[in-house]
Amino acid sequence: MATAGKAVEAIGLRKDFGKFRAVDGIDLEVRQGEIFGVLGPNGAGKTTALRMLATLLPIDGGRAEVFGVDVATEPHRIRQLIGITGQYASVDEDMTATENLWMFGRLQGLRSADARATARRLLAQFSLEEAADRPIAQFSGGMRRRLDLAASLITRPPLIFLDEPTTGLDPRTRGEMWDTIRGLVDEGCTVLLTTQYLDEADQLAGRIAVLDRGRKVAEGTPEQLKASVGNSTLQLHLAPGADTEQARQVVLRVAGAEPVLTPESGRMNVPLDTADLAADVLIGLRQADVSIVSVSVSQPTLDEVFLALTGHGAESGEDASHGGAPADSATTTLELL
Amino acid sequence: MNLTSPPAPTTTAQAHDQTHDQPLPHRVDPAAAVAAARPHGTPAEVLGQTLVMAWRALKKMRRNPEQFFDVTVQPLLFTAMFAYIFGGAISGGVKAYLPVLIPGIVAQTVLTTCMATGVQLREDMEKGVFDRFKSLPMARIAPLAGPMIADLVRYLIAAGLTFVAGLLIGYRPGGGALGVLGAMLLAIITGWSLAWIFTWLGTISKSAKSVQGFSMLILFPLTFLSNAFVPVQTLPGWLADFVKVNPVSHLVSGTRALSNNGTISGEVGWTLLACAVVVLVFAPLSTRSYRKHL
Repeated sequence: MATAGKAVEAIGLRKDFGKFRAVDGIDLEVRQGEIFGVLGPNGAGKTTALRMLATLLPIDGGRAEVFGVDVATEPHRIRQLIGITGQYASVDEDMTATENLWMFGRLQGLRSADARATARRLLAQFSLEEAADRPIAQFSGGMRRRLDLAASLITRPPLIFLDEPTTGLDPRTRGEMWDTIRGLVDEGCTVLLTTQYLDEADQLAGRIAVLDRGRKVAEGTPEQLKASVGNSTLQLHLAPGADTEQARQVVLRVAGAEPVLTPESGRMNVPLDTADLAADVLIGLRQADVSIVSVSVSQPTLDEVFLALTGHGAESGEDASHGGAPADSATTTLELL
Repeated sequence: MNLTSPPAPTTTAQAHDQTHDQPLPHRVDPAAAVAAARPHGTPAEVLGQTLVMAWRALKKMRRNPEQFFDVTVQPLLFTAMFAYIFGGAISGGVKAYLPVLIPGIVAQTVLTTCMATGVQLREDMEKGVFDRFKSLPMARIAPLAGPMIADLVRYLIAAGLTFVAGLLIGYRPGGGALGVLGAMLLAIITGWSLAWIFTWLGTISKSAKSVQGFSMLILFPLTFLSNAFVPVQTLPGWLADFVKVNPVSHLVSGTRALSNNGTISGEVGWTLLACAVVVLVFAPLSTRSYRKHL
C-alpha cells in the first residue's frame, strides 16, 4: 500500500546489539523531495537507524517503508530505490575511480558502454576527471567522499541516505558537499542525512529529528528547534571611541537585558530571547549615533540544544549508562510538532 | 564463459551503441522507480553480476602478483622435493615414483589453493566496498561465486606447473596430452567445488586467521591420509579403510588413470559425485550465512 508523498515511514524502529538497545522505538516520516536531518551525538543510534532503513541491518522491531515498499520483506526492491553513502568510503581501494564506478554500474545492470558513459558523467559532475585513472588509495578524504557519493548516484535513485556526509572534511569541501546535496533535491531526490552538527542540519534540512540514546527526543524545523533552545547571543564590537555607557543604555532599553562587557575593549555580548531583537538593538544604536565595527549573532551549539532537550550534554551515548530503564529522557521530551 | 578476457572499462571491445552519451533524464521520478523495482534478479542478471565480481578478482590478482606465490612455488618445490626424498624409498627410484607422485601433488596443490579462497574472501569482506555490494540490488551469491570463478586461473596454474615440473625431472605421462588435460580438468573441477567449503568457513569465521586455522585442520589429514604419496597396500588396515573412502583418494586415483593411462576410471565418477554433493550443500550454506552477515 503506497502512501503517496512519503519517502520514508518508520514506526517503532528498534535494534538490539546483544543487551544494548541501539535504537529504541523511533518513528520517522520523511516527505518526498525534502532533506530530512537526523541529528545526534555519537552513539545516539543515527547510523544504526539509517542502516536498517537501507537494508544493511535486519530490523529487530517495528516496521519501515520506503516509497510504500516494505523494507523487511522486499529488500531487493528497496535496494533499487536507494543510494547510501556512509561515514567511511565504501569503494574499492585497489581500483581506479573509473573502474569503481564502471563496476558498480555493471552490477546494477548497466551495459558496459552505458556504465562507462555514466562513470564519465559522474566524474565530471564531481570534479574528479583528473583523478579518473588513479587508484583510490591516493585520494584525499574529500575526493573519496565525492567518489563515494557519485557511486551512490549511478542509477539516480529517488532516495539518498547520507551518513555524516561532511564529518572530517575541511570547510571549503564541506560547502561544496552541501551544494551537491542541495542539487540532488533540485533533481527530485529525497535526502535523509545524519549529522552531529546543528549547523549542518540547519543549513540543509527542512526538518530535523534529534536522537539521543536510541530515542527521538525532538522533531521539527531548524527554527523550531533553535527557538526551543532560547537565547541567542548578539556580539557587538563598538568602534574605537564609541560611548560604551550609551550603548549599554540602548541595549537595556531595547532588549531589556544587561550587556556583558568582555575584556577586549569595545566588545559586548547581549543575550537575546529571539534573534529578531538583534535588529532592534542595532537600530537603537544607530539612532543613538553609536557606531560599530562588527556584529554577529551566535547560534546555539548542538551541546546547548542537547542540554535543553535532554538535560544532559551531547556526550557520546555509549559512555552514558543506558541500562533497561530509559529514565526521564522520555518524560522531558520536547515534542515540537 | 570466456574468463580470460574480462570486460575492460578502458578499451572499447563491445559493440554496444555508443553513438551518444547516456541522455540524462531531467528529474528523478520516485513513482516510476517504485514501479520499475523488481523483487528478484533474473538468472541472467545473477550471472552477469557474478562475472563482474570475477573481473574484479582477476584485476586484484594482476595488481597483487604475490597472490600467485602459493600456486607457483608450491608445485615446483613439492614436486622436486618429494620426488627426490621419497622416490627411492617408495618406488625404488625417482623415475618410477613420478607416475604415483605427480597426480598426488596435483591433488594436493589444488586443495591448498582452494583453501586460500576462504581466507581471501574473509579478508575482502572486511573492506568498506563490501558495504556497497550489500546495499546494491545484486544477488548475494555473486560476491562469493565471482572470486571462485577467477580462482580457476589459480587452479590452472597450480595443476599446469605441477605437470611441467614433473616433465622436467623425467615424468612421461602414458595418457599423453589428452590424458594430462583430462587430469588437470578433473583437478580443477574438484578444487572449485571444494572451495565452497572454505568459502562457507570464510562467511562464518570471525577473522581471516581463524579461517586459515580451520582450513589447515581439515586439509592436512585429507591430503596426507590419502593415496596421494604412498601406495595404500603399505598402510595398516584401519588407516587403509579411511584412505579408501577419503574423497581425495578418489581424485588422486582418477587423475592417475587419466594422466598415466589415458583412461576414465570409475573413480572419476565418484569424484564428480562428491564434488556435486559438496557444491549442493555448501553453496546454499555460504550464501545464507553471507546474507545473515549483514
